[in-house]
Amino acid sequence: MTGAPLHLAVALDAAGWHPAAWRDPVARPRELFTAGYWAKLVGEAERGLIDFVTIEDALGLQSSRPDGPDGRLDLVRGRFDAVLLAARLAPLTSAIGLVPTATTTHTEPFHVAIGIATLDHVSGGRAGWRAQVSARASDAAHFGRRTFPEVTPETIGEHQGHIAGLLAEAADAVEVARRLWDSWEDDAEIRDVATGRFVDRDRLHYIDFTGSRFSVKGPSITPRPPQGQPVVTALAHARPAQEFAAGSADVVYVTPHDREQARSVVAELRSLPRAGEPLKIFADLVVFLDGDTGRAVERRTRLDELDGAEFASDAAVFAGTAEDLADLLLDWAQTGIQGYRLRPGVVPHDLKGITRGLTSALRRRGVFRDAYEADTLRGLLGLPRPAGRHRRASTS
Amino acid sequence: MIASTDPPPGRPGHVPRRIHLAAHFPGVNNTTVWTDPRSGSQIDFASFQHLARTAERGKFDFFFLAEGLRLRELKGRIHDLDVVGRPEALTVLAALAAVTERLGLAGTVNATFNEPYELARRLATVDHLSDGRAAWNVVTTSDAFTGENFRRGGYLDRADRYTRAAEFVRLARELWDSWQPDAIAANPEPGVFVRPDGIGTIDHQGRHFTIAGQFTLPRSPQGHPVIIQAGDSDEGREFAAATADVVFSRHGTLDEGRAFYADVKGRLARHGREPDDLKIMPAATFALGDTEEEAAENAAEIRRHQVSPQTAIAYLEQVWGRDMSAYDPEGPLPDIEPDTDGEVSQGRVRLDDRLAIAAKWRALAEERRLSIRELVIEVTGRQSFVGTPETVAGRIDAFVQAAAADGFILVPHLTPGGLDDFVDRVVPILQERGVFRAEYTGTTLRDHLGLAVPGAAA
Repeated sequence: MTGAPLHLAVALDAAGWHPAAWRDPVARPRELFTAGYWAKLVGEAERGLIDFVTIEDALGLQSSRPDGPDGRLDLVRGRFDAVLLAARLAPLTSAIGLVPTATTTHTEPFHVAIGIATLDHVSGGRAGWRAQVSARASDAAHFGRRTFPEVTPETIGEHQGHIAGLLAEAADAVEVARRLWDSWEDDAEIRDVATGRFVDRDRLHYIDFTGSRFSVKGPSITPRPPQGQPVVTALAHARPAQEFAAGSADVVYVTPHDREQARSVVAELRSLPRAGEPLKIFADLVVFLDGDTGRAVERRTRLDELDGAEFASDAAVFAGTAEDLADLLLDWAQTGIQGYRLRPGVVPHDLKGITRGLTSALRRRGVFRDAYEADTLRGLLGLPRPAGRHRRASTS
Repeated sequence: MIASTDPPPGRPGHVPRRIHLAAHFPGVNNTTVWTDPRSGSQIDFASFQHLARTAERGKFDFFFLAEGLRLRELKGRIHDLDVVGRPEALTVLAALAAVTERLGLAGTVNATFNEPYELARRLATVDHLSDGRAAWNVVTTSDAFTGENFRRGGYLDRADRYTRAAEFVRLARELWDSWQPDAIAANPEPGVFVRPDGIGTIDHQGRHFTIAGQFTLPRSPQGHPVIIQAGDSDEGREFAAATADVVFSRHGTLDEGRAFYADVKGRLARHGREPDDLKIMPAATFALGDTEEEAAENAAEIRRHQVSPQTAIAYLEQVWGRDMSAYDPEGPLPDIEPDTDGEVSQGRVRLDDRLAIAAKWRALAEERRLSIRELVIEVTGRQSFVGTPETVAGRIDAFVQAAAADGFILVPHLTPGGLDDFVDRVVPILQERGVFRAEYTGTTLRDHLGLAVPGAAA
């Protein structure tokens, strides 16, 4: 590679990110709830030498409304638990990172932490976690433990306190997970026959976390994951979420719509308090890729007609050729964007556009790998393996 | 689909009862021998894969993972003498679904420290991802010790454990049933993904849970993942009879087994169920040898590994309720009496009536001149089946034919190779006798267990 290497992730969700993607002739909507469907997608991503895939999830049905079901029958509804889906894919892959979404709001931080740790064990060090809050009143009603205000576009301004509270809880959940992952030192298992001890309990640590929403004693029941700390990621559109990402995540996904916005979001993130390794900044884009721009735009337009509305997204939407997309990604990279999480408009079509077209175009520009250079997700992202917070105490 | 029952060779007119077998991944108590040089990793996926594939090679009904949500403690410190550490059960099962094709995948998940909507979703996900092979062993915990790791926190009154579990399972089944079997049309023209009324609405207000909304997954291949339940108490038996598909029971004598079996199966009719709707599968350990003598030697050697000198003292401390580390494990039992108020262990089953146990042990040790370690070896966990492959197969078969069990959940003492010999040497004998399947006849765990798909017959 000649330039600074670009990292590429692919965001997988159902038949793609366009609401009508499942109606595209290449889509396989009847296979959505089979393991084989997902195995083909992640296999394609791995053949394309993609750094990692993310898998969307939520604790409620998809909806076009901010809160509550929309009653629409013409859109994909239903999702697998993403952590378990990632685990199902782990033995079928060998190098690509697997980054499922897991909610911090209603879940038990202990269970999420050992789930991600276990994903790291079964994948040999390729696990990540996309940590996400659930603000919806309709999701809260699935648990019946807390009552949330109904969030609408009109009232979102009144709910800043609610959102900020959920993000603070998310930060606590990530902190608990990180402490649990470190609660076993790497060499805690000693199998010392002479003393009859399987573990050295001085290398197992209580975490004694106390927060406003939960307390967790520890240690983890699961030995330290192969990566030490699986990679924590978060999507952040604006300030309170950006603070959460800067304080808690290893990778943040941002949604600039042009180069100037990319520059300003990078500057904003870099100004936030941060401990440890610098935050990796990835930009999200929805992509429709074809051999010529006209065909990509036409395809997107046809899907819009099926859906009855012009496609809108929180992220920038690109419809064009892989060559033009490669130029755009390199241009934005000048502002400090280090990688991209691409959301294919339709799978497998736009996934292949990324894994075959875009990767070749980037390789010709000297900024994308010819082969996987590491066998862990941290390795692919250039993140060192953390020694663990208790390491020094016991060796000194 | 119900497993076929071919008549056995040489016994026209008599159809023997079919045996069901499951493989328990070695757990975090002293049954699991880690001091043997052949003992492998307790956490590497390769170990889980080896045991699961061995079980599948042996045409077992299912693979079983236990759970414990807090590391065990002794004398206020983490217990370090047994295997420590295990994965999140369902995450490993989802991965195993990728490397097995027919084997059922059973995970223990606590109903006290989970919420129905999320857990029902996770179990339905495993059922989809394994094409209908998921099972849930429902356990409840009441102790505040484990609760310290959870939002929900401490204590659940013991009396509430089964009411919570029962409401949890009812609710999970309601969620699993809430999508019509044909809810997904996925018809691009005219653009109908979900059929009208395909996704039902839940509105549940109960003592333990209040839940309203819609589930996020289509009905899974088994309709309901298989429910396993362990519990010997009257309440536990009643819960099993009302709710479970499989009972994971304790192994005892043939007569004890017959009594338990008759009692639990006898409760089914009151819940509108047939005797075959519930399978009773005790846990069982085993030791094999080419001769009876060799098997007995192997069994004794395994027991010595399971009860190290340190483990013997630790075991004694649980009964005596005090620090016994000053005593020689190879020496005689001390004269001191148990401290009936002392509590040295956390996160494991308590021993009741310590004075009586201590008196019984003392009498046994004096009569047989046993050291502390020899005594502990004597009074704890002898293998269920010891013998040549022929005798072990014969005794397993005898238990099932005598209606003392429908089969066994085998607990090997070694990770990951502890089931190899059983599958290579005992299973073929059971197959020759015509009491265990030579090939899988169905694809789902319900097929293997001969359980109907819920709602399908109605």
